[in-house]
Amino acid sequence: MQEVLWHGRGGQGVVLAAQILGEAAYIQGFKGITSAPTFGPERRGAPVAASTRISDEPIRTFSQIEAADVAVVLDATLLTMIDILGRLKERGMIIVNTPLAPDQIGIEGCFDVASVDASGIAREQRLTVGGFPIVNTPLLGAFAKATGLVSITNIERGLKKKMPADRAIANCAAIRTAFENTIVKRHDSKTGTSDKK
Amino acid sequence: MSDVRIITGNEAASLGVKLCEPKVVAAYPITPQSALAETLSRYVEGGELKAEYVRVEGEHSALTVCISASTVGARVFTATSSNGLLYMHEQLHWAAGSRLPIVMCCVNRGVGAPWSIFNDQQDSISQRDTGWIQMYCRDNQEIIDSMIQAYRIAEEVYVPVMICYDGFVLSHTMMPVTIPDIESVRKFLPPYKPHTILSPEDPRTINSVLLPVRRANPEGVLCDGYMEMRYKLQAALDQSRDVIRKANELFAHTFGRNHGGMLWEYMTDDADLILTGMGSIAAEATVAADILRAEGVKAGVVGIRVFRPFPKDDVITAFGHAKAIVVFEKGISYGYEGALCSDLKAAFFGTDSKAPIHNYIAGLGGRDVKPRELVEAGKTTLAAVEAGRMNHEIKWLNCYTG
Repeated sequence: MQEVLWHGRGGQGVVLAAQILGEAAYIQGFKGITSAPTFGPERRGAPVAASTRISDEPIRTFSQIEAADVAVVLDATLLTMIDILGRLKERGMIIVNTPLAPDQIGIEGCFDVASVDASGIAREQRLTVGGFPIVNTPLLGAFAKATGLVSITNIERGLKKKMPADRAIANCAAIRTAFENTIVKRHDSKTGTSDKK
Repeated sequence: MSDVRIITGNEAASLGVKLCEPKVVAAYPITPQSALAETLSRYVEGGELKAEYVRVEGEHSALTVCISASTVGARVFTATSSNGLLYMHEQLHWAAGSRLPIVMCCVNRGVGAPWSIFNDQQDSISQRDTGWIQMYCRDNQEIIDSMIQAYRIAEEVYVPVMICYDGFVLSHTMMPVTIPDIESVRKFLPPYKPHTILSPEDPRTINSVLLPVRRANPEGVLCDGYMEMRYKLQAALDQSRDVIRKANELFAHTFGRNHGGMLWEYMTDDADLILTGMGSIAAEATVAADILRAEGVKAGVVGIRVFRPFPKDDVITAFGHAKAIVVFEKGISYGYEGALCSDLKAAFFGTDSKAPIHNYIAGLGGRDVKPRELVEAGKTTLAAVEAGRMNHEIKWLNCYTG
């Protein structure tokens, strides 16, 4: 089972991202899918999280994820605010929305790091709400690139199940651009250091 | 080709209601049930569900509308949570006493005070003795399937049914659910035939005051008194066990999914240690059983699907050979122990089962319950039993006081 945690701020669409990934993974052929918001009241701008579980078998656990296989960070300022790495497995993958390269983000420890300028890509595609870039969909493209769990085609199919066709066009373009521009730096488990591949 | 959608528990419940085609829906929104009430209102407004949606000022009225509509011959639905269910309390008794086959969802949530919007099962557990059938669902597929079974059961025995599922844990978690097709549902669920229809063409007095003794009606026929009518409610619940089992079997035959009738079992055949509970915590326990098995402990799970009527004979067969039993409960009868634990002990009394029962009160007010915690609880219990400590125990899981 692969456990994915989406970290963002209320209004950034972490819940929708978790759901689209669920749809995409189901299309990919995984039989076990759950996606859930952080349970409780939602507040725009406050740190929020959502989760996706993906498995070959139907899922029988609905408890909160303690240590995720993948963490996706929609707002890099959250890295210093909440303990995102504390809820990530050792050698897990963290994907961050940032114009910085993976080794410039300041993430220490045994993790694979991926970065993509999702905000920049969203602005290019004019994906904004109230002036703020929509970063959840480009990060799904980054997810496909960084993890290889779900194909970019299935991410797009999953997205089309959750939004109308006219809105899907720009979002799919953002997903493709993000996929192509995601930089992945894998942790080298032999030496204990990080090495760009 | 089957229709699989990735949906929340509340969406599964809404689709289940739609498939059962009630004529009247009355519900008052309350977290975490709100999305269910909202979706049904949208179905009615959009013409997808040919029903009247009666907006009310509170839960007491919501159930009263259902009681009235059911009395004039309509299939009805309502849903609530927590303090909303408690506010219905008087009418819960009234619905069961009137023998009306109302189906309701209780999206389980802790009750105030202190205030909580999060999951436990104190709400429905505290309504145990109102004469309703109570079913607990372990995942979203079971919610939609149980809804369809519930109307069939309710309308056969004329007892209302409460479909309980864990708030947020299931109500707000999406997972793949196969949606039954409407034609098969119509075949499985025959049209509702009311036992009495209150109508201006056939005026009757229903539920007038009854005296302690039986009395003759104007035609001189000796009629049931209060006690006889209450006995018949109990008899109907006793008889409903077979109806519930048969409804499950017919459902499995029709739709290919068997949710277990009164209860379900997971790897219990050779189990020394049996974990049990109701709703999603029982699903969580199956993951714990997998972990325990991988460590060499013969563990299994019994999921109690129907709490009322209590599966008194089924549990003796299911738990009979266990050396130790752990009961996880998201509620408690304050001043004693978990309600399920008490019922299990009573069912085992006088049988060969001498297994110590450890009762864990868990997950109150939404406190997370993880499989590894259930594993630890199971190991602790088994170690105590293997050390010869045969007494029953009650503990609070993940509670940091006392």
